[in-house]
Amino acid sequence: MSNVGIVIVSHSPLVAEGTADMVRQMVGDEVPLAWCGGNGHGGLGTSVEAIMGAIDKAWSDAGVAILVDLGGAETNSEMAVEMIGEPRSHRIVVCNAPIVEGAVMAATESSGGASLKEVVATAHELSPS
Amino acid sequence: MAAADFSRLIAAAADTIAAHAEELTALDQAIGDGDHGLNMKRGFEAVRTEADAFAAKPLPEALKAVGTKLVMTVGGASGPLFGTLFMALGKELPAAPDRSGLAAALGKAIEAVAARGKSQVGQKTMLDVLQPVYEALTQGKTASEIADAADQAAEATVPMKALRGRASFLGERSIGHMDAGARSTALLVRAVAETVEGI
Repeated sequence: MSNVGIVIVSHSPLVAEGTADMVRQMVGDEVPLAWCGGNGHGGLGTSVEAIMGAIDKAWSDAGVAILVDLGGAETNSEMAVEMIGEPRSHRIVVCNAPIVEGAVMAATESSGGASLKEVVATAHELSPS
Repeated sequence: MAAADFSRLIAAAADTIAAHAEELTALDQAIGDGDHGLNMKRGFEAVRTEADAFAAKPLPEALKAVGTKLVMTVGGASGPLFGTLFMALGKELPAAPDRSGLAAALGKAIEAVAARGKSQVGQKTMLDVLQPVYEALTQGKTASEIADAADQAAEATVPMKALRGRASFLGERSIGHMDAGARSTALLVRAVAETVEGI
């Protein structure tokens, strides 16, 4: 698919899956979408391995925008991008935006065929500067 | 470094984390999300399982393997932070480092951890232990003096106000508790120092 992929990373699998449900319902199926949540051992947290898997699943040649909740999700997402390495890492951005609104807005922008840069900019507009 | 020595270092690190897991969790419950001890124990036990395979590699590769394993198994933000520390050490260290080579590599590794956590010294984090350890190393201190410096540095995070991580949400209320990451860093430094002294 040529639309920018969206990855949702929350400490809670319920939050991640619920956010993905909202994106699917509000935006539809034209956007590659994947989510992950939890530490991989049944607890709250985020897993670098799971994030790498979600990026693979939502991969698009147009790039992937990642939406995260708390600090650890951001750190682990940045680590996952680094471990995926070049050249794909250049086409993955961890967005600075609220997770639910950011995911819906980014996916909406992506569904219209926008570039990764435009998708990320739309998500970033939601952040208080 | 001989493979047996690296295996001993891994065992010493995993032992001290396991022995202090409950204490680390209690520290994290006070100002974080209460999973630090368990997370670190899971990570270092995973490293222990593969200690012999890691130890068979040249030192830089062995350290990178330890770091990658921690990233993948610790869970929580400590995984990338401690993982980055070991991965960066592996990247910077020569195969047979002397003290100045070790100090230079640790300096670079500290920069990598600071970049990963978007943090700096003085914000009540593991960096507040790593930096004094780096300084003690460059000043030619003995292994036991370095371990003592690490303990004192962890202790010195008690009156600090957290500016990074989940503890930062507590603001002033983070004052009066030792940072869990600083404590686990000091534990690791002591384990390494005491093992190296015996080699």
